[in-house]
Amino acid sequence: MSTPQPPQAPPAWPATPDSRTPGYTSPIPVVRTHLGHAIASEWTKIRSVRSTMWTLGVFVLLVIGIGLGTGALVASSSSDLGGESPLALGFFGLLLGSMCVITLGVLTTASEYGTGMIRTTMTACPSRGRVLAAKAIVFFLVAFVVTLVAASVVALAQASMLENHGARVPTGSEWFKGTVGVSLFIALLGLLSLVIGSIVRHSAGAITIMIGLLLAPLVIALFMFAESLSKVRTGLLEYSIPNQLSVFYSNSLTSSGPTGWDPLWIALGVTAVAFAGAFVLLEKRDV
Amino acid sequence: MIELEGLTKRYDEKLAVNNLTFTVRPGVVTGFLGPNGAGKSTTMRMVLGLDHPTSGDVRIDGKRYDQIEDPLRYIGALLDAKAVHGGRSAFNHLLCLAQSNGIPAARVHEVLDTVGLTGVARKKAKGFSLGMGQRLGIAAALLGDPRILMFDEPVNGLDPEGIHWIRTLMKSLAAQGRTVFVSSHLMSEMALTADHLVVIGQGRLLADTSMADFIAKNSRSYVRVRSPQRERLLDVLHEAGITVVETGGGALEVDGGKAEPIGELAARHQIVLHELSLQQASLEEAFMRLTAQSVEYHAHSEAPGGTWAQPVPRGEWGADWKKGA
Repeated sequence: MSTPQPPQAPPAWPATPDSRTPGYTSPIPVVRTHLGHAIASEWTKIRSVRSTMWTLGVFVLLVIGIGLGTGALVASSSSDLGGESPLALGFFGLLLGSMCVITLGVLTTASEYGTGMIRTTMTACPSRGRVLAAKAIVFFLVAFVVTLVAASVVALAQASMLENHGARVPTGSEWFKGTVGVSLFIALLGLLSLVIGSIVRHSAGAITIMIGLLLAPLVIALFMFAESLSKVRTGLLEYSIPNQLSVFYSNSLTSSGPTGWDPLWIALGVTAVAFAGAFVLLEKRDV
Repeated sequence: MIELEGLTKRYDEKLAVNNLTFTVRPGVVTGFLGPNGAGKSTTMRMVLGLDHPTSGDVRIDGKRYDQIEDPLRYIGALLDAKAVHGGRSAFNHLLCLAQSNGIPAARVHEVLDTVGLTGVARKKAKGFSLGMGQRLGIAAALLGDPRILMFDEPVNGLDPEGIHWIRTLMKSLAAQGRTVFVSSHLMSEMALTADHLVVIGQGRLLADTSMADFIAKNSRSYVRVRSPQRERLLDVLHEAGITVVETGGGALEVDGGKAEPIGELAARHQIVLHELSLQQASLEEAFMRLTAQSVEYHAHSEAPGGTWAQPVPRGEWGADWKKGA
């Protein structure tokens, strides 16, 4: 027998660094992680903070409250809708409510930078694109489902309230646009906010940018009196987010501009470009 | 095993980490020491792929961090105890981390129990004290039962009981064969926990040595003597050829030596002693001398040479380690 080894004798180091070094082996089974894990994680995150409950709670209150309110107002008055679709009354609630969705979208990404949680998140999932994708998927689905439920409740209520007030019966495609269509548009608006939050990394800054995007074109257009600016003015009006939202109810504020499903394609394009930008920045920057 | 190879990080004009090359081995606690702003946290962030190195490379068991499929199972890190969303409960914070790496939820309860936070698992993290936040961060690091653990200043804000707990925890983790890499700006803390020591200053490697070697090289021992018959004692010691340094408060210091011969000498000459004690110069002083040197290197813009800056060659490492153990 030779001299006894010290109790913590170092194992012989392998010459090649890429083979796993000897050492501790955990009894927990090893799992190859994928997007599904990141989505489960983001779902836990979004449901476990109070800001989600607040923003979505206020959103539902605004959409249903204002929707039922305007419905009741029109129903109680002697006025006649003159063959208009009753679904159009859902517009006001959704326009105000969209600010809540914007806020939640921004908070989903930007709050992680504010709290420092992003370092923990990126350590747990070094694939930054996967984190952004998981956040986008979870947020989009949550925003879409909540908007769809709220918009559908309002649409059904208004249709039944205004049946005898000169409103015409909406067609199937009007129903579809007034519920699924607007919900997709609002959820995309929220998704754009999420992406802006990831780029700006600052909650207040990103919310300000998004509310500016929502309101500024309309407000600026209102003050463009000069004749020479009339083209710009019309463009701003037509492509302002409130007007695009109204297109889903086929009561656009303007006679020209986007029609049908155009607003959805525009929102999709803008969000896709912003998403690509956010992805590149995320890969390039330090966390 | 964490391997750093010429790791460099430049922020605008400031070189935060300057050409760091060293290896963190399994089975021991490696202390990562440096004054505030030396680049410890930046280095750790680069290990975790949070910051991109300006140049150089860092590998974890041969892989870049973003190539690891199950990072929490591989390396657990406590970088910043505040890196949590304050509105989320401790349980949900750990749950979302576990889910992202496919770790069973039962493990969340286990680590909460390990760090002693089970009672406040459903409480929001923003109500946590600094020490509780630190424990939550450690729970997150332990979540995946990883083979490598990295702690940035883990004892910050902990009470004495918590500090003792962390020391024991780190030693037991290393004893299980895991790689433990822990940073601190306190030499005294490292002396109690670390087996191996990596010292940096101004982003530059100053020492990569075993703790035992560091202590042997840097600790100065001396005997402190106090006596009401100070003048006589001085004469006697002088006659015996012992060099004495007079210090404030009437005490005398005798370099190196042992206390016994001085005591016997005094007894033979019937000198009353009020104190006769063996003293060790603190490692803190040695550490400060070492890091002060880095400032000099920097000012004279010399090459990062000197005996300290030599990275330990790979082949000799085991021998070095045995000495340290």
